[in-house]
Amino acid sequence: MSDKETKETNRRDFIFLATGAVAAVGVASAAWPLIHQMNPDSTALALSTIEVDVSGMEVGQSITVKWRGKPVFIRRRTRDEIDLARSVSLDDLPDGLARNNNATNTATATDENRSIEGKEEWLVMLGVCTHLGCVPKGQSIGDARGDYGGWYCPCHGSHYDTAGRIRKGPAPTNLDIPPAIFLNDSVIKIG
Amino acid sequence: MSKISTYGKKYEPKSGVSRWFDERLPLPRLMHNSVNAFPTPRNLNYWYTFGGVLTFCLITQIITGVVLSMHYTANSELAFGSVEHIMRNVNYGWLIRYIHAVGASMFFLAVYVHIFRGLYYGSYKAPRELLWILGVVIYLLMTATAFMGYVLPWGQMSFWGATVITNLFSAIPVVGGTITEWLWGGFAVDNSTLNRFFSLHYLLPFMIFGVVILHIWSLHVTGNNNPTGISVKDEQDTIPFSPYYTVKDAFALVCFLILFAWFIFYNPNILGHSDNYIEANPLSTPAHIVPEWYLLPFYAILRAIPSKIGGVIFMFSAIAILFLLPWLDTSKIRSATFRPLYRQFYWIFLANCLVLGYLGSQNPEGGYLIASRICTAYYFIHFLVVFPLLGIIETPKPLPESITKSVLEKIKSKANEENKQEV
Repeated sequence: MSDKETKETNRRDFIFLATGAVAAVGVASAAWPLIHQMNPDSTALALSTIEVDVSGMEVGQSITVKWRGKPVFIRRRTRDEIDLARSVSLDDLPDGLARNNNATNTATATDENRSIEGKEEWLVMLGVCTHLGCVPKGQSIGDARGDYGGWYCPCHGSHYDTAGRIRKGPAPTNLDIPPAIFLNDSVIKIG
Repeated sequence: MSKISTYGKKYEPKSGVSRWFDERLPLPRLMHNSVNAFPTPRNLNYWYTFGGVLTFCLITQIITGVVLSMHYTANSELAFGSVEHIMRNVNYGWLIRYIHAVGASMFFLAVYVHIFRGLYYGSYKAPRELLWILGVVIYLLMTATAFMGYVLPWGQMSFWGATVITNLFSAIPVVGGTITEWLWGGFAVDNSTLNRFFSLHYLLPFMIFGVVILHIWSLHVTGNNNPTGISVKDEQDTIPFSPYYTVKDAFALVCFLILFAWFIFYNPNILGHSDNYIEANPLSTPAHIVPEWYLLPFYAILRAIPSKIGGVIFMFSAIAILFLLPWLDTSKIRSATFRPLYRQFYWIFLANCLVLGYLGSQNPEGGYLIASRICTAYYFIHFLVVFPLLGIIETPKPLPESITKSVLEKIKSKANEENKQEV
């Protein structure tokens, strides 16, 4: 065999590449189940909804309920809290998006876009700090509420205002708002 | 280095059986040559005994851990109770658990001494770069193992520590949320998270064991560094590992065990957090989340940066930068003994790490926040500016001709002083 012949592509090269390709596909398809098994299983994925009776809640009262393993804050806000949230200019907000699952992705973070439509008293949101997942303080009487009168995460010092929007601290985004609607005057459906 | 190979030939099978064995599987030869006859610099001080202490710690953690897993239940409903069951009902369960829990802290105490000894004597420099890198890999695996182990008792600190640390991954752009849910196996830290952490907590120590073997192998190729930092020149500079250093290591280990035992028997919970004796509650975060003491400096760095992704990047960089250290340090001189400037910066760096640890335990507000930003800045400046610059501007002290000469000079000057005093 001359040098020239060995440099040319031959059947051996083809077999080598084809075998390698088949082996790579085999390894990848064997690895996928091993990786995917760690993703949320079907019981976790089953779309769970909860219905919360809020007829007993007074103005200024907060409750925390559990949905998909996470705390959900429900707050019936006072007039002062609503006015405070509405007096803020959008330019003062670190995160300008509403983060509301009931609105569009591009909705701005106005108080109107974050409270339940037509029921501005009611704020329903995940009680999960968007920094590293702690539950912010501010639900109970006597809790620290931070510099903006809403919620305060003691883990790493994030301050949220009375519409649950991040104002100061390391959290990058406003508190998320889960799918939530009033089924009737007294029951909220979450999920 | 050539002498190492002559030492290596010292194994002689003494009986027919050992000759038969040696020809088929030379394991006794390997053990003899790497433990008994291994030539070691004659001037190693007690800071060099922590490799042995660490080996002891790893084996202790594996043995107690295997035993604990016979009684522990990795289920979010049962885990907390099963730990109390170990403490109250299992024979000597309290002892085994305290050894394991205190043992984690002692393991880190020893590894920090070991790392800072390496920093002082320049043990990461050529030809020991890989030895050092393998050590950093072991340290990384240790932090992962310790973190997952801390989650298993399913107390408040377990749960919220797990939440905070797994949420670090949510800072990754675009795929962060998917990765976090993949790690959790759900939409929050829950039973599936606990189960996989238990599985990995059992697996990782054996991976550490594997890397430790590579670490020691690499050590036995390059040979030990020593307090003078100069290389072994001939056989005179070395003594066989056994009995000289087996005895020295054993004595150091006994002293270490006194401290270990004091914690176990007199103050087993002082290194932990009392909130971890409250069962995990996903609806309520403790007022003050802190990791175990050995991770506090990194926690301080995480919180010093006023951005989520930034904090995560800086925290991981603080460890990752250790991988680059052999190339960041431009000085040809290994030991700080002969580097007058580096020696001062070394102590500043050590103090800076301790202060970072303290700051990590405090609320990230006001003066504490400012201080942690300054200390974080210095941490990186030390690696990125001080190390490269010192090698250029520093005038090292004259090095001794050989290890043996440096040892003999010390003895001579001591004898002279004694003579003077007698006169």
